[in-house]
Order: sequence, then C-alpha cells, then structure tokens
Amino acid sequence: MKLFVSDGNPHCVKVLAVLEFTGVKCDVKHVNHEERVVPYLSRPALPALLLPSGTHLFSPNSICQYLIELNGQESSDIVNQWLEWEATELQPAVMQALHMVVLQGKGADTPRVLRGPLSYLDQSLSQRTTPFLTAEMVSVADVVLWAALYPILSDSSLVSGNQTLQLWFERVGMLAACVSAVQTVLQGKGLKAESLKTYLQRQPTTHHGQGQVQGRGTQPCNSPEGGGDDDCVLSEEEIQSAVVTWGKGLTDLPMVPERQHPILPQEGKRNVLVTSALPYVNNVPHLGNIIGCVLSADVFARYGRLRGWNVLYVCGTDEYGTATENKAREEGLTAQQICDKYHAVHASIYQWFQVDFDFFGRTTTKKQTEIAQNIFWRLHERGFLLEDIVEQLRCEACQRFLADRFVEGTCPFCSYPEARGDQCDKCGKLINAVELREPTCKVCSQTPVVQSSKHLFLDLPKLEAELEQWLERSTGSGDWTANAKQITRSWVRDGLKPRCITRDLKWGTPVPHPDFSDKVFYVWFDAPIGYLSITANYTDQWEKWWKNPQQVELYNFMAKDNVPFHSVVFPCSLLGAQDNYTLVNHLVATEYLNYEDTKFSKSRGVGVFGDMAKDTGIPSDVWRFYLLYLRPEGQDSAFSWVDMATKNNSELLNNLGNFINRAGMFVSKFFESCVPAMALQQEDKRLLAQVGWELKQYINLMDRVKIRDALKCILNISRHGNQYIQVNEPWKKIKGDETDRQRSGTVTGVSVNVACLLSVMLQPYMPTVSHTIRQQLNAPPSVTGTLLQGTGNFVCSLPVGHHIGTVSPLFQKLESEQIESLKKRFGGQQPKTTAQPATTPASDPAAQTAVNGADAERARELTLAVAEQGEKVRTLKGQKAEKTVIGAEVTKLLELKKQLSLAEGKDPEPVLTKGKTTAQPATTPASDPAAQTAVNGADAERARELTLAVAEQGEKVRTLKGQKAEKTVIGAEVTKLLELKKQLSLAEGKDPEPVLTKGKKK
Amino acid sequence: MMALRELSSLEKSLGLKNPNKYSTQGDKKVPVLHSNNGPALVGLVTIATHLVQEAKRPELLGGSAEHKALVQQWLEYRLTKVDGCHKDDIKTILKDLNSYLEDKVYLAGNQFTLADTLMYYGIHHIIVDLVIQEKEKHMNVTRWFDYVQHYTGVRHHVPPVVVLRNRVYTSGHH
Repeated sequence: MKLFVSDGNPHCVKVLAVLEFTGVKCDVKHVNHEERVVPYLSRPALPALLLPSGTHLFSPNSICQYLIELNGQESSDIVNQWLEWEATELQPAVMQALHMVVLQGKGADTPRVLRGPLSYLDQSLSQRTTPFLTAEMVSVADVVLWAALYPILSDSSLVSGNQTLQLWFERVGMLAACVSAVQTVLQGKGLKAESLKTYLQRQPTTHHGQGQVQGRGTQPCNSPEGGGDDDCVLSEEEIQSAVVTWGKGLTDLPMVPERQHPILPQEGKRNVLVTSALPYVNNVPHLGNIIGCVLSADVFARYGRLRGWNVLYVCGTDEYGTATENKAREEGLTAQQICDKYHAVHASIYQWFQVDFDFFGRTTTKKQTEIAQNIFWRLHERGFLLEDIVEQLRCEACQRFLADRFVEGTCPFCSYPEARGDQCDKCGKLINAVELREPTCKVCSQTPVVQSSKHLFLDLPKLEAELEQWLERSTGSGDWTANAKQITRSWVRDGLKPRCITRDLKWGTPVPHPDFSDKVFYVWFDAPIGYLSITANYTDQWEKWWKNPQQVELYNFMAKDNVPFHSVVFPCSLLGAQDNYTLVNHLVATEYLNYEDTKFSKSRGVGVFGDMAKDTGIPSDVWRFYLLYLRPEGQDSAFSWVDMATKNNSELLNNLGNFINRAGMFVSKFFESCVPAMALQQEDKRLLAQVGWELKQYINLMDRVKIRDALKCILNISRHGNQYIQVNEPWKKIKGDETDRQRSGTVTGVSVNVACLLSVMLQPYMPTVSHTIRQQLNAPPSVTGTLLQGTGNFVCSLPVGHHIGTVSPLFQKLESEQIESLKKRFGGQQPKTTAQPATTPASDPAAQTAVNGADAERARELTLAVAEQGEKVRTLKGQKAEKTVIGAEVTKLLELKKQLSLAEGKDPEPVLTKGKTTAQPATTPASDPAAQTAVNGADAERARELTLAVAEQGEKVRTLKGQKAEKTVIGAEVTKLLELKKQLSLAEGKDPEPVLTKGKKK
Repeated sequence: MMALRELSSLEKSLGLKNPNKYSTQGDKKVPVLHSNNGPALVGLVTIATHLVQEAKRPELLGGSAEHKALVQQWLEYRLTKVDGCHKDDIKTILKDLNSYLEDKVYLAGNQFTLADTLMYYGIHHIIVDLVIQEKEKHMNVTRWFDYVQHYTGVRHHVPPVVVLRNRVYTSGHH
C-alpha cells in the first residue's frame, strides 16, 4: 500500500492526519502536483492511495474512510453525512474562497461564499452536547472538516463570530496527528504557505465550483432541459472591455450598404458565393429537403450579408431527366409544361419560407446548353473523355431506352417474377437490367430488346492526382463538414472509375458531338453546371464569380447524399476543363431529417411537405426556427410535432419572447417609451460581458457554419436576460425611492438594448420576427449591419432618450389539441405510436409490488406528496404570503397527511366519506388514454407517475408565482395542474369532483 | 425532485415496505430523510447508504474495506463530478470512467453495489444524449450502463437506453 501526496495540497492534510491518527502502516511518497498517479484519470489527482489489489483511490475522503475502516471503526450515518456535506457543500466554497484570497488577494473578511457553510457548521456544533461533531471522541469527520478549513480558519483575520466553531477547530487542531500533517504539507503556515499558492495556481478553474455555488435555484423557469449552461468564467479584463465596447455606441461603426443587383465580386471585400443543391423539379420538397439545402444556405447567406460580406446566393430547380419525362406522361403534359408548373410550386414554397435568394433560376435554359457544351468540348479536346459500348434495354413501343427502374422481369438468381431492373426485392441481389429474364417495360408491358449503344465517359482516373491535390488544399483550409470529408475520402480511397456522362433520352441538354446526336447529358454531369448557368441568367458577368477562384469563396450546401457529386465528380469536370473555374471551398452537408421516427414519404402521405406548412397556421418564422433548431448537424434528427410545440412554448414564448417583450414593456410602461438613463453597476457590467461572450461564440460558430449551435447562443442570451430582470425586479424598484427608481431605469435600459441585439442575431433565423422587434423598438437601421462586425460589438444601440414604438407579444402558444390534430393529419396511414412507456404490469417488478401491497405503494406516493406540500407551506410562510393562501395550503397538507395515515393503516378518520357520494367519474373524452386507464380501475403505476407529475407541475406554478410571471401564463399552468390532479384522482379510483371545485373557488 | 425520485426508486428496488418521509432543503434541493428513531439525515448518499443498511443488504456497500472505500469514492464522484456537470466536463467523465471500467464489471469490482445504482441514475441523462459512435467510443461505460439498467429492479424512474451489441463503426478510424 502506498500513499501519494503533494506539497501545499490541503486534501493531503486530511489523509496524512488520518494516517497518523489511525497508525496504519503505509508508505508515503511525495510527488509534484502534475504527477499522474491514478492511471485511469485524465487529470492529475492527489492524494491517491494505491490499494493492495492494485486499484487506486483518488477521493481524499474515501481514503480517510478506508484508513479508519482498516483500524476497525465503522462509519456511522452521521459521519457519512458530514463527509458528504464536506464534499458537496463545503469544498466548492473553500476552493472558491482560497482562489479569491490567495490568488486574487481579496478579502480582509470571511469570504462571502463561506459564510453560509461556516455558520451552518457553527450552529450544528452549538446544538450538540459533545465536544466533537459526532461523538465524545474525535471521528474521521472532525479531521476531514478541520483539514478542509485549516487554511482559512488558521488565519485570524478571516474569522468573525462563530465561536463554537472556533473552539472546535482549536480542539481538533491540538491532535498530534493534525499538527504534524499541517507541518508536512503546509509547513505550518496556512494561507501564507508558498506551496499552497503553487498548488492553487495549478488547479483548473472548474466550471462548477464557480458558476454553481451561487447559480442554482435562481434559474428562471424557462431554463432548458439540459440546464447547467452557466458557461463562461469572466475575468475582470473581459468585463472591462465589454463596458468599453458598450460605450462606443453606434456612431463609429461602418454601415452595411444596401444590396444592389447585379452583385459582383469586389476588390478588397470578402466575396462569398453560396449555392444550395438544386431541388429536383418533379417533387414537392419536404421539410428534410428544405432544411438540408435551401434553408441552411439562406441562414448563412443572410448572416454573411449582416457581416458585411459581399454575398451572392443562387439556386434553382433541376429539371432534366427521366423522372420529368415520366411525370409528364403521368399528368398528360409535356416535359416543359411539367417543369413550368413545378418550378412555380418550388418558388412559392421557398418564398413562403422567406428564403432570400439573390436569384432562383432553372436548368432548362439556353445558358445551360451553352455552358454545358462548352465544358464538354474542353474536356473532349483535352482527352478527358472516353468512348465505350453499353448494352441497354430498349422498348420499341415507347421508342426509348429503359432506365433500370422502368423495367421488371424474372430474377436470374432466384426466379422471383417481379424483380426490378437494378435489384431483386426477394433475394436482394443486385441485377444488371440486361440479365433479367422475360423483361417487360413498366410503362407499356411490351418486351424490350437489348441494344448496344455507344456512350461517353468522363475519365476520372486520369484526373485523380489533380483532384487529390486540390482536395487536400480545400478540405485543409475550408470548413468542410465531417461527413463531407468522410464520404469524399471513401470515394477517393476506393479508386475512381470512368463515369458515363451521356444518356439515351430526349429531355436533357443535347450532346453536341455529331456521333452522339441523339443523346443528352446524364443529370449528374449536367445538374451542377446549373449553378453556373443560373448565375449566367442572373448576370452576363457570371464569369466574375465562376472563373475567379482568387477572389471568390464558394460555399455548397446540400444533404449528404449529394456529397460525391460536389466533391469528386463536378470538381473533376471543372479541373479537366482547365478554365480557371471557381471550385468549392466549403462543403456543408447535413445528415437526414426524419419524420416522427420514420421517413418522409410522399406515397404514404407521411410527413409535412413544403406546400402544406403554410396550411398549418403556424408562422413561417416558427417553422424556420424549429427546423434550424433540429438541423441534422453531425447526426440524423427527427421532426416531432410534440417537440415542436414544446420548443415553441418553452424557448420562443417563455424564454425569448418573454424577455424581449418584458424589456420593451418596461420602457413603455415605466418610462413613457423613452430609454432611461443607465448607471452601470458591477452586475450590469457582468451581464454586458456575458452577452458579449455569447455574441462572440455566435459569430465564431456562424463563421464555421455551425448554424444549430449558434442558435443556442441566442437563446442563452435571452436566458441570461430573463435571469437579470428576475433578480433585479425593475417592476418593484420603480415604485421605490430615487435610488431604486434609477436602478430600475438602468436594468430596463440594459435589457432593452440586449433585446435590440437579439433582434439582429435573430435576423438570419427568423427574419420577420427580427423585423418586428426592430420596428417595436424603433431601432436605427444601422444596427443590423454594425453589431455583428469583427468579433461582435455589443454596443449601446438604443441610447438614453431613444423613443421606442408600440410593444406587443411576438409568439403564440401552440396548444396540444392543435398539435394532436396536425399530427393526425400528417401521419399518413401509419399506426400511431404513443409515447407511453411500455411497462406491462406482469413484467414490471414495481407494479407487482403495487399489486401485492397497494397500500405501501400508495403510502409512498402520499409521503412524497406530503413532503412536497410541506415544502410549499414552508416556502409560503417564508415569503410571508397572505394568511388565506397559507391557510388553504395547510388544509391541503392536513388532508394529505390524513390520507397518508389511512394508507399506513392508522386511525381511519371520516375523511373518505367527504367526496364519495357518487363515485362516478365525470365524462372523460374517450380519446384520453389516461382517463381510460383510470376508469378501468386504480392503476398504481399510473398514479405514481401522476403524483410525481402533480408535484412537479405544482413546483412550476410556485416558481412562476414567485417570479410574478404574467397572469395568463400562470393561469395556463394552473389549469394543467388541476387537470393532472383530476387525472390522479381518477387513477386512484376516486371522484375527481372535489379536487376540481376546490381549485375553482377563489 | 430528482433526488427524491431516486430515493423512491431505491426504496422499491430494496423492497422496503415502510416508506420514509422526505423533504428537501436549500437551493440545491438536497434531500432530507425524517425518521422516527433519530435525527433527520441530509444528503443523497447518506440517505441511500442508510436505506441499504435498513434493508439489511450490507453487500451493496461493498464486502471488504477496500470495496467499501471504492463504493464511497464513486458515490462521492457522482455527487461532485457528475451532478450538474458542465458540458465540457462530460468528455472527461466518460473518458475516465471508460478507462476505469476497462477491467471491471461494476464500479467496485465484480460485485454490484449502491455505487452502480446511483451512478446509473446520475449519468443517465448523459448516456441518453450520446450518439451511437460516442457510445462505441466509450464501450466500457456503455457495457457497464447496459448491465446496470438490466439489473433486476434498478431501472424505475428513468427510461431504458438502447445499446447496440454489434459495432457499427470499425475501430481505428476514430
């Protein structure tokens, strides 16, 4: 056994004192702080004890307990309790205090963070009759706590009051073991020990410890599910620089010029060309298509414009190909008519989603033919095209070659009669269409014939070396998403093969070569050229964008299935053409968006398609927000109606909307719509720095196209803002004396400026909401361009005296009925999967217990309920709430306690008679599964869930009330609470009426 | 609330028939156990340890002195490192646990203990959020987590997490 300790580390005082105290035999080795003794921890941790089994202990308290245990003493509940308190409450406070006192040289007084823990300890000691914490004799708890406090309490200047504590501290300190441990580790010097300072300097400033000691419990109700986003530890310098920035105002920042078409690259500007994958014309795009390309690219383009970059965003419909021809046949139109019809459908969908293209074109244009044929000839002249013979099935009746999926026949492997041209559905083997037995054309059912046809191939192997060189440069310097790099790498790694670029079709760009006059270009060769031709339709000077890699940065947005065409095949076409083309610098690919854990499917009617979104009555901005919130970055994500409602109600309504609305309302209600004077105090400065930090993060993330993560920064800012308002209570202070009123003014002024900043940061995501906020705040036009320059400038953009407009709520609640009906409407014929946990009574041990001893189960629930209610009453009393209110809650508490006694089999008082006249539950909607279960009988499992739900909802209501939230908001939550209580009564097999009437009277 | 749920689940899994009275104290909602025979107990680990003794299941606190210390250590780790951890800390937690569990079935060796139960409850929200690739990267943690969630009577108030048994990503690439 070996104990490793380091100099100056107060934790080592603990273990050395206990080691000597117990007299256990053990080698002690002194190492330095950086030594990684415990092999399984990534950061050095000392002290550490190497156990006989070869395992290491790294927790000082556990080491102490182990040594005591070896000495034959068992630790009791009370010892455990003190050790737990030391680790969770005292230690974080001590570390923070030491940090302040020793490293920052602050505090001639007891550091504030320590006051609570010290007086708690003092009180606990005074209530005891024993000289030590747990008994007449000193215990491991005494030594551990004493050692933890030694550096602080040995300095007389830091101690005030707490006399019992002082006496105990001296008593423990007289133990020989303690004296020598302090001598060994801290040279008997306490706070002034150099070694302590060195030790503290080596400690990483942990995020918790700092943020959470004060942070918890003051979180507003709308904190996110994850919680714990108390992120940055702000230094004094950061705060100072935030204040300086704030003071600059809008004046000395450059303006962003208006957009003027045609947009062309400019010398000395960052010229950014943004494309999104061209949507195929014959399908209505679904939400996955929208988020994958056009919407993501739109957010980035809008952001770039705000940043003052010279951005051009082009996109259009991809219109050539077999699928269009087929669709035309289905609808009895010409291919051109189909394209015209669906191009308009696409354009109007994107317009509704507010996708702000600089130009939205199409591929069936003269420019497309010109540019595609030009590239073709250049490739041909330079020897990058090969000829080869391909055998294909041709239907003489239809007068065309059959694409793989338009032919059916008998599988050559398993004789399945309905095998497709590319794959057999039965045996799953891949099939070459010409190998099918008895092939038939799916359109006319005639038998096709095999015909040889000459085709052209792009010689990718010949371009491979050049491609790899370029890839290395582009992926090294640009922001390629991980999936884009990975997919590309696997393509190149497997070796490139020549790819056919021609097709025997009519609807396509004609191949200009006389030997191939009846052929057109295959879509994958043709479609990416659409980016160029669409730009050419936008401006004659398109080559300034597309043949200008020196000045232009190209961003391609797409879903991951499109990556190889943009990273390998199209770049090869352009490289081979040798015409100084602009190649992609940043390839941004998303994963897939699913629909409620299944796939979008037009044929099954599953999912939301672009043209239906507006019929839902949910604003375009909310759609944008939710899609961007779940943008599949890094992994697939799933659209869910319930989640959409939750995000709308929690993030938009309660967090973002609530903050912006309050800030504006305070200005208009308390200060006659004029921004009040602001005298910044430390707390306000801290907020400025916090907001500035989030803004910086936002810019960092957006610059690297981390669109979803950047959105979280916006929500963090409004969360900080809500908390700031909550703590400072400007609505109360406005009624106070002069100082209070000034304070109210400062908080309001700072808040409304944060709201103004948010309006700008929101612009790429929610353009209409952003515009509305700026209108409500009457924000100067220059804010949009100036706040996001450089690394971000959170300046005071609404100065003292600025007159704001009329403030009104920004978001509406999405009700669950509304969401349920939308879910049904777009659910297709799929059986609805309910989100009920699948616990069958037979297999769940908990439920079994409930059946065996329903009373014990019931008693447990009631115990929780009593605890909750008791807490509630205490809180109310603590807040000096009105007597009637407290009275009502006490009645409830007594009621619960009675029920508990009953459940525990004690004196049955006449409580039950009260509500049991007619035990017929009120008519419940048949669709409500909860109610149904309840009618079937008391379901213990369900009741337990509901008990917890009621307790939680109650907590939520209390918090809201405590924060003086708006009445309507509280009202809505109270309604939910009553509903839950009703369900609980039902689940317990009781008449719900008494509960309901109780809640209603007032 | 979370702590109370955990204790309630623990009572059930220990088969304790007489429910205890709880409340919470302070901003952090530290659980408090009110008992008829003795002073109130404060703190999740303290109360959980007490319940295990009450249920006469001392083996859940570790058989030998060494195992007892390991159980205590990981219970403390759960409270001080896992609870309320910052998102930057998650990586470290997973990495450290993963290398610790490399040659162990449970946190205190080959015996299932209270440390496993409470660590499981505490780390559940982290594991739920892991993508398959991350789960595979921390294979030992995933394996341990899957054992514990299938250990009789442990999983009560938290939903199960799906663990794939075959690897999707080949090792060496990540």
